[in-house]
Amino acid sequence: MKKLVTSTILGAGLLGLSLSAASAQEPLKIGLVSVLSGPQAALGQQVRDGFQLAIKDLGGKIAGRPVEVVVIDDELKPDVAVSKVRGLLEKDKVDFVVGPVFSNILQAIHKPVTEAGSILISPNAGTSNFAGKGCHENFFVTSYQNDQPHEVLGKFAQDKGYKRAYLIAPNYQAGKDSLAGFKRHFKGEIVDEVYTPLGTLDYASELAKIASSKPDVLFVFLPGGMGVNFVKQFRQAGLADSLPFLSAFTVDESTLPAQQDAAIGFRSGMSWAPNMDNPQSKAFVKNYEANFNIVPGSYAMQAYDAGLLINSALVATKGKTDDKAALRAALKKADFVSLRGKFKFNTNGYPIQDYYVVKVAKRADGKFQTEIEEKIFSDYGDTYAAECSLK
Amino acid sequence: MSLLAIQVLNGLQLGLLMFLVAAGLTLVFGVMDFINLAHGVQYMMGAYLAATFIGWTGHFVIGLGMALIGIMIFGLLLERVMFRHLYARSHLDQVLATFGLILFLNQGVKMVWGAAPLGVPVPEWFQGSVLLGDGILYPVYRFVIIGSGLLMALVLWLVVEKTRLGMLVRAGASNATMLSALGVDVRKLFMVIFAFGTMLAGFAGAMAAPILSVEPGMGDQVLILAFVVIVIGGIGSIRGAFAGALLVGLIDTLARSYSVDFMRLFVGPAAARGIANGLSSMFIYLLMALVLFLRPDGLFPARGRT
Repeated sequence: MKKLVTSTILGAGLLGLSLSAASAQEPLKIGLVSVLSGPQAALGQQVRDGFQLAIKDLGGKIAGRPVEVVVIDDELKPDVAVSKVRGLLEKDKVDFVVGPVFSNILQAIHKPVTEAGSILISPNAGTSNFAGKGCHENFFVTSYQNDQPHEVLGKFAQDKGYKRAYLIAPNYQAGKDSLAGFKRHFKGEIVDEVYTPLGTLDYASELAKIASSKPDVLFVFLPGGMGVNFVKQFRQAGLADSLPFLSAFTVDESTLPAQQDAAIGFRSGMSWAPNMDNPQSKAFVKNYEANFNIVPGSYAMQAYDAGLLINSALVATKGKTDDKAALRAALKKADFVSLRGKFKFNTNGYPIQDYYVVKVAKRADGKFQTEIEEKIFSDYGDTYAAECSLK
Repeated sequence: MSLLAIQVLNGLQLGLLMFLVAAGLTLVFGVMDFINLAHGVQYMMGAYLAATFIGWTGHFVIGLGMALIGIMIFGLLLERVMFRHLYARSHLDQVLATFGLILFLNQGVKMVWGAAPLGVPVPEWFQGSVLLGDGILYPVYRFVIIGSGLLMALVLWLVVEKTRLGMLVRAGASNATMLSALGVDVRKLFMVIFAFGTMLAGFAGAMAAPILSVEPGMGDQVLILAFVVIVIGGIGSIRGAFAGALLVGLIDTLARSYSVDFMRLFVGPAAARGIANGLSSMFIYLLMALVLFLRPDGLFPARGRT
C-alpha cells in the first residue's frame, strides 16, 4: 500500500514536472475565422481543414511553441464576425487571425484586427480597397487580389481571338467587380452583360437568351450552388458542345462533386490546381484527400500556405511575437515553400505570383478536379498596389 | 418567336414545380388552418432522399419511388411528433415552431450529407435535347418535369373532385369544425392530408434534383414563392394553387427575360439593365398585391370560406 502511495506521488511529481516544462513555452494562439454554417460552409470547411492540416504537418508546433487554433464561425454575417473576432482579440488574445473566406466579412473585421495590433492573414478574400489606399502593414493575403482570377479569363479570351463575349454574374458588388475584371484585358464586343438576382436557381430563361444571341464565348461568375445549377443546365441545354465556357469560382473543387461530368472541359482561372507539378503540392493533395476524403481546392491550398507563412516568420523571430516590426518584416519575406511554387509579397501585402487557366477533368479514380492548362500571367501583381503608401 | 416559345415552356415548368409545392401547402393551410413554414424543408428532404436513393440503386425511377415512400414516412413522423401538438395553438406558435424546424433540418442535412451541394444525374432516357428551330435546344428532361407536373395535377383533381376522400378534404377546407361535428374523424383526415402534402413537396424536390443543386436551405426560396402562389390562388383551393403557380411561373420567367429589352425602349442600356433587374424580381409581388387589392380571397377561393 505504502509503495502504491509513493509511486503515485512520484508519478504526480513527474507529471507536474513535465507540465511546467511545457508551460515554459507559451502556446501560440491563432484565431481562425471561417464560414462553417449555411450554404457556403463547404468553402469554409476547406479553409479550416487546410489550415489545421498545415499545423498538424508542422507537428502541432511553430518555432518550438505549441499551437492553439481557436476556430470561429462567422456565419457569413458581418456583425456576427465582428463580435466574435473581438472575443478572439480580447479574451483569447490571439497573435494572428487567419480568415475569412468572403470579402464582406473581410471588410468588417479588417479594422478591429489590424488596429488591435494583431496580424490578419486572409486565406481567400482580397478586396481592392485594402490593396490600394486602405492597405495596412498588419494585413497579408495568401490568395490573390479579387480581380485577378477574372482577369485571367479575360486575357485568355483575348489571346484566343474570341470576338463576341456574353457575360453573366449575380447582381451584387462582387458580380460587378468580376465582369469589370474580365473586361480589363478583353477588348472584343460584349454581346450582353446579364446580372441575375443573387441565389437564382433556374437559369433556363438566361440560357435561352444565350442560345439565341450566339456569342463566341461565355464568361460566368456564379459561385457555390448557383454555379452547380448553371453548369448542369448549360450542359443539358446542349450548349456545351458549341460554346466555350470560361468562368471564375463557378467550377472548382467545392462544386465539382455536384457538377461531375457536366463540368468536364470547362475553364476557370487560378494560381494553383491540384495537379500542380511540384513535390510539396503533390504531398499536400495526397495528405488532404487521405484526411478528409475530398479533393482540396484553392481555398484549402491558400489556408495551408497561411500556416506555412506564420511558421516561416516565427522561425525567423525565434518564436517571438512581441516585436511587431520584426514579425512583419519576417512575414513580408514569405520565406516558405509555397504549394504553388513561386510566391512573394507585393508592397501592399498581396501576392505576386503566376496565374493559370485551369480546366476541369475526371481523374482515373473517378474524382473530379481542375488541371492546369496554360500559364496566363507570370509574377503578376495587382494594379492597386501603386496607390498603397507602404514600402 | 422561338425564344418566346422557350420562355413560355420555362415558365410552365417553373409553374408546375411550384404547383406541386403549393398544393400541399394550400391544403394544410386551408383545411387544417395550420401555417407550416417547414413545407420548404420537406421539398429539400425530397431532393436529398432522391439524391441518396438514386445514388444507391443507380436507377432513377426506383430511387424516386423509394424517395417518395421515404418522404411520406418522414411527413407522418413529423405530424406525429410535432405538428399534432400545434394544431390547437395560435398561428404565432405554429410559425415559431415550424421556423425552428427549418433551422434544425437545414443544419441536420448538413450534418448527415455535408455542406457541399449534391448532384443527381439526369436519367439516361431523358438526356439530350429537342431542337426547337433556329439552333435553340430544349432539354428533354424539362419536358418530363412539365409532363409529370401535369399528370400530378390531373391525379390531384380527380382525387379532390371525384372521390369521397376528396369530398371530405373540400368540406374541411370550407368548414372543418362542422365536418368534425358531423362525425368525421378529422384527426385522421389531417394526417392523410399532411402526409400527402409532404409527398407532393418531396416529389417536386426529387424532380428538381437533376436540374438544381441539392443543398441545405434549398427549400427556403421555394417556400416564399409557394406562399405567394397560394395567396394569389386562394388559400385552401387546389384550382387556385394551379392557376396561381402557372401565373407566377410564367410572369417571373417572362419578366426576367424581356424586361431588359423593354426598358431599353425608354432609357439607355446601362440604366435599363439596372431598372429591369430590380423590376423583374418585383413582378410577382406586384401581382400578389394587385390580387389582394382586387380579390382579397384570391383568384379561386375555396367555396364557403369566409
